[in-house]
Amino acid sequence: MSNNKIINWFKFASPQSFYPLAGKMIPWFWTLAAIFTIAGLWISFFVAPTDATQGEGYRIIFIHVPAAWMSMFLYCVMAAWAGIGLALNTRLSGMMAQAIAPTGAIMAFLSLWTGAFWGKPMWGAWWVWDARLTSALILFFLYIGFIALQAAIDDARRADKAGAILALVGVVNVPIIYFSVKWWNTLHQGASVAINKAPAMATTMLWGMLIMALAFWMYAIALVLMRVRAIILEREAHTDWVKDLPEVKGN
Amino acid sequence: MNWGSPAEFFAMGGYGLYVWGSFGICALLMIVEPILASRRRKDILRSLRRERFAATLDSQ
Repeated sequence: MSNNKIINWFKFASPQSFYPLAGKMIPWFWTLAAIFTIAGLWISFFVAPTDATQGEGYRIIFIHVPAAWMSMFLYCVMAAWAGIGLALNTRLSGMMAQAIAPTGAIMAFLSLWTGAFWGKPMWGAWWVWDARLTSALILFFLYIGFIALQAAIDDARRADKAGAILALVGVVNVPIIYFSVKWWNTLHQGASVAINKAPAMATTMLWGMLIMALAFWMYAIALVLMRVRAIILEREAHTDWVKDLPEVKGN
Repeated sequence: MNWGSPAEFFAMGGYGLYVWGSFGICALLMIVEPILASRRRKDILRSLRRERFAATLDSQ
């Protein structure tokens, strides 16, 4: 074992080294997102059978569940980056949290929207003040609040700190969403997939959902990397390394 | 295969509005979001190039 094989991960914690790295990763994540989307949509519409009770209407699950998962997962990642930024005062952390928020908000919106379009034919209502739905709506508002709070503060580092507090306090909502169907008597059905029990659905349906979840995951990573590159340029605009970038120098 | 004809596919067994209303908005947002994100980077790059150009004018 020689020392020169050890990668210095902290190197990538600087915006200057992360910017080109992110640029290299984006096409790979777009490719993966495209592959998983095509495979996932194929399974969703052509392989997965008609549901015995919900007919073709259940196919909304293939985007509803991945969007809902991503909205919760991205919130945790955003809060983690925000927390790291608060504790270690690293510049990239705040930028990552800021880059994740809009994609998280879109996922939260999609989970609510597809949920409404699923609830209307199955429950007879677009919306009910059920514990699951209400806590998911609060998650959407937390994203919006985070974005608005950061946008309201001119100094980027101060905005990061204020946003971090909001993000960290809001994390308490994520387990509430997840366990809401257990803790309260909700109209929303229980978890279809859980670690401690066999999935309550047909195998092809489950695969379709998992592959769509992977597609959403890859999409979210690609998007966050795209956005963080823009944010890096905006915040580091005064630095020499940005002024010397080939895409800035060459017209 | 679940569908006998394209019409049957679009009808989604009577759930067309709900299934396509969900997938449609999802697709729309996932097309618009990358466009906005790449525009954001292009905008900052344009202003950086302009600043750089202005700096070269100043130094002359």
